[in-house]
Amino acid sequence: MYTTHELLRFATAGSVDDGKSTLVGRLLHDTKSVLADQLDAVERVSRDRGFEGADLALLTDGLRAEREQGITIDVAYRYFSTATRSFILADTPGHVQYTRNMVTGASTAEAALILVDVRHGVVEQTRRHAAVAALLGVRHVALAVNKMDLIDFVEGPYLAALADFGDVATALGITEFTPIPDSALRGDNVVDRSDRTPWYDGPTMLEYLERVPVGVNPASLPFRMPVQYVNRPRTPSHPDFRGYSGRIASGVVRVGDPVVVGPSGIQTEVTGLEVLGVPVIEAFAPQSITVILRDELDINRGEVIAAVDEPPSVVRDLLGTICVVDDRPVNTGDRVLLRTGTATVPAIVRGIRDRLDLTTLARAQAEDSLCLNELGTIELRLAQPVAVDPYSRLRNSGSFILIEPQDGSTLAGGMIEV
Amino acid sequence: METTGDLLSQARRTLTYLDELESEAVHVFREVVGEFDRPVLLFSGGKDSVVMLHLAVKAFAPSPVPFPVLHIDTGHNFEEVIEYRDRTVERLGVRLVVARVQEWIDSGRLRERADQTRNPLQTIPLLETITAGKFDAVFGGGRRDEEKARAKERVFSLRDEFGQWDPRRQRPELWDLYNGRHRPGEHVRVFPLSNWTELDVWRYIARERIDLPSLYFAHEREVFQRDGMWLAPGDWGGPRSGETVIRKTVRYRTVGDMSCTGAVESGAGDVATVIVEVAASRLTERGATRADDRMSEAAMEDRKREGYF
Ligand SMILES: Nc1nc2c(ncn2[C@@H]2O[C@H](COP(=O)(O)OP(=O)(O)O)[C@@H](O)[C@H]2O)c(=O)[nH]1
Repeated sequence: MYTTHELLRFATAGSVDDGKSTLVGRLLHDTKSVLADQLDAVERVSRDRGFEGADLALLTDGLRAEREQGITIDVAYRYFSTATRSFILADTPGHVQYTRNMVTGASTAEAALILVDVRHGVVEQTRRHAAVAALLGVRHVALAVNKMDLIDFVEGPYLAALADFGDVATALGITEFTPIPDSALRGDNVVDRSDRTPWYDGPTMLEYLERVPVGVNPASLPFRMPVQYVNRPRTPSHPDFRGYSGRIASGVVRVGDPVVVGPSGIQTEVTGLEVLGVPVIEAFAPQSITVILRDELDINRGEVIAAVDEPPSVVRDLLGTICVVDDRPVNTGDRVLLRTGTATVPAIVRGIRDRLDLTTLARAQAEDSLCLNELGTIELRLAQPVAVDPYSRLRNSGSFILIEPQDGSTLAGGMIEV
Repeated sequence: METTGDLLSQARRTLTYLDELESEAVHVFREVVGEFDRPVLLFSGGKDSVVMLHLAVKAFAPSPVPFPVLHIDTGHNFEEVIEYRDRTVERLGVRLVVARVQEWIDSGRLRERADQTRNPLQTIPLLETITAGKFDAVFGGGRRDEEKARAKERVFSLRDEFGQWDPRRQRPELWDLYNGRHRPGEHVRVFPLSNWTELDVWRYIARERIDLPSLYFAHEREVFQRDGMWLAPGDWGGPRSGETVIRKTVRYRTVGDMSCTGAVESGAGDVATVIVEVAASRLTERGATRADDRMSEAAMEDRKREGYF
């Protein structure tokens, strides 16, 4: 049964007190993913705090600081599965100053569940969350209109929230989204369908998660594989084996395919493919493979093996939208390291073109720096060329991080525009 | 059934979730070997470390595994686990480094605890062995589903020169761009099984037909009850007055120091029945079997800060 199970990675977002922790707890609880000892602990603490019943929000706030302050400060990952799918949930906190966390959670998510409190509708935070989802290329968006129990499950305020979010989505280029009226506290339309929303005939939250398409057809995108590691056993059984190991970032590759290696530009042909030691004639994203090429070549970690007919761009100047994720700002003139695919190269921040206001979605003239949780377009000059793609086309070969060269901190995450 | 599923997914060019988790873990292994000078894999003979080693073998085939494995030996071992450990490293031709907690106690660098539990004593030998071996990346079998503090752990988790983990200073991990940069003296803990659940691990063991120490399966054993757990007497100690030893059919869900690893009553004699049992279990793996994790809600977080696994 589990052998045909697919995996969906999704992220949740909502501003403080909209009920995100409760919703996540409810999803875990109603899919029977919470075990007895965890539930006991939650019930005990809930009683101590004078909560009637179990406060499901307690299931998900992990670290001591969070317990003390009662807020979620870091991305946490949750796991649950149903008869048809396994889920990895990136649970991202909603504070203004934690845009960083939402960006982190969204970077690997295929779907985003954005939460609003039906009494407040779309607020500034909602707009920011939708903007991050759109920027990061999250393919599917659902709008959970929560706390329906507090307005006796009437349709009007739900429709208002939906219309407001529709305007935000249109402005962001989000072409479709799925609105769901729910009560995380009471469990309506989360896992179990509510009989208190007879006017609603869309999916429950779980139905949505089980049906939203996973991934893209690998054949629809060009082949890319960053070389992670050159495999040369030099053992008696494999004296001359030379393979290039990596995980396919996009597309399909077959034995006999002509390929180009970037940034060097060398052209050659695939003469063998192995998926974890087993020879195959075809492999596709996101398989981890080892490629054998026709010619004896000097190819290293950091290069990309790619389709000849649609090669990546080889560039030394980059334009990208970044989100700063460190306490230190990114400034014009900074010397940093750029990491993309498996390549790490020194880079200089040549300039900061604009700052993106997540609330108004306007791009404003920027000064010479971007601070923690700020987004903006920057120009980078690289010490060596890299093979990359626009993020909007290929998420994996269009993403990068900036690293502080002295202590190695991750300063920013970025999406390549050209 | 397995084959049909695999063929179907091959035809549609989608990966099953186990294949995706496998591919992700292999990617992590290869990143580490590509970026670090001296990786090492923590190998206890427990199922998570066994699955890690299996993945490492697949990641680097046809080359041998390009790093040694490290066992922090509390001295309170299950015999069959040590036998399994030695047989496995021999079969794979990997180098085994053993750090014995007993040696630290004998030389006075560590003191035995009143409760005789040695799990918390592993931290110092672990850190000192990492320093002495100049290991810069340390693979651990931790999974985020194990426990709340682990749910926020990164795949690449930076430790300072004291081996400490600071949850507030973790690097955000974006896309699959793992950042392994570190300063001299620092090292990185790497968790290739971050996104696996206990059930995933068992299903993978079934699919790959991975050999495990026999104590993971139902067997008869002399046990006694302490704090609601079934412990097995051994060199580490045994029943106190009022605790009686009886024979029971049990198995282990985790493998660790004998003084604080409890057996569960179970008739599950093979992988298939274990999977059924795990799927139906109403207790977390740690809640059921680890005395040290039940001490307090923050027990794990505190030990992680100090540099524990
Ligand atoms: N009435 C009602 N209260 C809710 C609902 N969901 C959450 N809450 C309450 O709203 C408050 C904030 O919820 P919490 O999940 O901690 O919000 P978070 O800050 O978004 O994680 C808590 O008191 C919850 O019990 C809901 O659907 N209905």
